[in-house]
Amino acid sequence: MELSSREVWTVIHGLVLGTLFLLAFAGGLAGLWSLKPGLMTTAGIKERMGRLYVGVWVMAAAAWGAVITGTWIVYPWYRVNLSTVGEDAYAGCANAILPNATCSPRDFLKSDVSGATSEWHAFGMEWKEHVTWAAPILATAAAFLVVYYGPRLIARPWLRAAVIVMFVGAFAAAVVGGAFGAFLNKVAPIV
Amino acid sequence: MITDFKPGMYDDVGVAPELAGLDLAEKPDGPAAAAMISAGIGILFLGIFTTGAVISSGLKSFLLWWEWGQGVGPLAGKATVATIIWLVSWLVLWLLWRNKDVVLKTAFYIGLGMGLVGALFTFPLFFDIFHT
Repeated sequence: MELSSREVWTVIHGLVLGTLFLLAFAGGLAGLWSLKPGLMTTAGIKERMGRLYVGVWVMAAAAWGAVITGTWIVYPWYRVNLSTVGEDAYAGCANAILPNATCSPRDFLKSDVSGATSEWHAFGMEWKEHVTWAAPILATAAAFLVVYYGPRLIARPWLRAAVIVMFVGAFAAAVVGGAFGAFLNKVAPIV
Repeated sequence: MITDFKPGMYDDVGVAPELAGLDLAEKPDGPAAAAMISAGIGILFLGIFTTGAVISSGLKSFLLWWEWGQGVGPLAGKATVATIIWLVSWLVLWLLWRNKDVVLKTAFYIGLGMGLVGALFTFPLFFDIFHT
């Protein structure tokens, strides 16, 4: 059992940081949702808020880690042009059934040598690589608001709802990245 | 929309009596408004750079410069410059509003509007309209 360094980085990017993000989101959302008047004692609020602060900042940190490793480490391996020979942009992908040493994942998808795959890049990757950067921005802003107001969010339902909207917005952006990342790594894995 | 911070605007303990034992300090809403609006600005610029790189080869070249030879392509500039704009706008708004009260609903809807437009601009079916 071994993993190449590229496989290790794709695991860190998608599985480790992605899972951490999802766990922190679930806990954070549950915590935010329950910040309603009359549900907790003073002691309960103190205990709950400490956990919520950790959760929202872990989610933000995981989002930053995922987009930075994804963009600066994994993405160059995905998009490198290996297949061009002379005038033929995808000569290196001829007869390929998966990306290989002469056919990067992007080359492989765009070449359509193994079925109708080009839309995976043109739609899936193009959307994922851009919109996912909204996740850490929104997660960080939401974390700041949670820590800034703290227990006062209990008394301000509208503000709490606004924070939840930002929190869920971060999750939605990350879902696009995570879902297309999983599909793309299935159709055209980083090798 | 923007006024000097005056403690006592909210009756938090009246709404949630369980807060009374926590002895919470009142804080102005300006820093929160800064966070909401700057997040919208960051996402809006992320979208502007995404669609803008399709329309303008000059902008695309500028964004490509930020990859530092790492093979990331124009995404490096889109992400990095949008992040810098977000952080700078947050800092500027925070400095301006740190001791002010700002109407949070207005700030939230401004941020939300910019964020939605930015998200639309990152959507391939939208920016592909501008491909030649």
